[in-house]
Amino acid sequence: MVLTVGGTRKEYPAELTVAKLLEVEKVEMPLYVTVSINDEFVKREEFETALLKEDDSVEFLYFMGGGF
Amino acid sequence: MTSSGNPAYKVRIEKAHFEAMVAHAQNGLPNETCGLIAGRVERGAGGEGVKVVEKVYFMTNIDASSEHFSMDPREQLSAIKDMRANGLALLGNFHSHPETPARPSAEDIRLAYDPSASYLILSLAGDGEDPVLRAFHIENGIASPEEVMEKGTATFTRGDL
Repeated sequence: MVLTVGGTRKEYPAELTVAKLLEVEKVEMPLYVTVSINDEFVKREEFETALLKEDDSVEFLYFMGGGF
Repeated sequence: MTSSGNPAYKVRIEKAHFEAMVAHAQNGLPNETCGLIAGRVERGAGGEGVKVVEKVYFMTNIDASSEHFSMDPREQLSAIKDMRANGLALLGNFHSHPETPARPSAEDIRLAYDPSASYLILSLAGDGEDPVLRAFHIENGIASPEEVMEKGTATFTRGDL
């Protein structure tokens, strides 16, 4: 299955969940990451079940924030 | 060199970008404001890495708070796509401190996940007439200052914890 992840097209195994993709891509601090598939944000509680499909475009966005 | 041994960067920014950041921060008062910086990395005369800011993305602080900020993920996504389309690299981010100095708070440090990013803080403390922009490398809970330079001219502010 070919996906575009962070703008790069690559081959991935089939039946890949968002949670597994985070592992495969060795995304650090995944608790701070928001994931979009084809510009739609995935709810965190769906990371373990949301399946990716051929030609999906995935982006990982780190939470950016701070304060006192 | 940073505390972890990674190379320290300098951040070079045009005065117009600096002034736009100040205007964004002033327009957002009393709340903190935030955004992303993008551009390219060059080698300085001494071989050091220099992050040259070519575009500033102004984001919405979805916390709408004078003490906290969180960037809007939809605006982040849009900015990342724009960077990619224009061949720009994400260099770091910035946020304003309306009433406190330009140094990272404990929460700023705790939430700084990316050691490759420069964390810029713009302080409007005092009468707001003399805004101060400083940059930091944050890694393993330690903030190290990075030099901020006005493009093509002399240094105008320098991180100093």
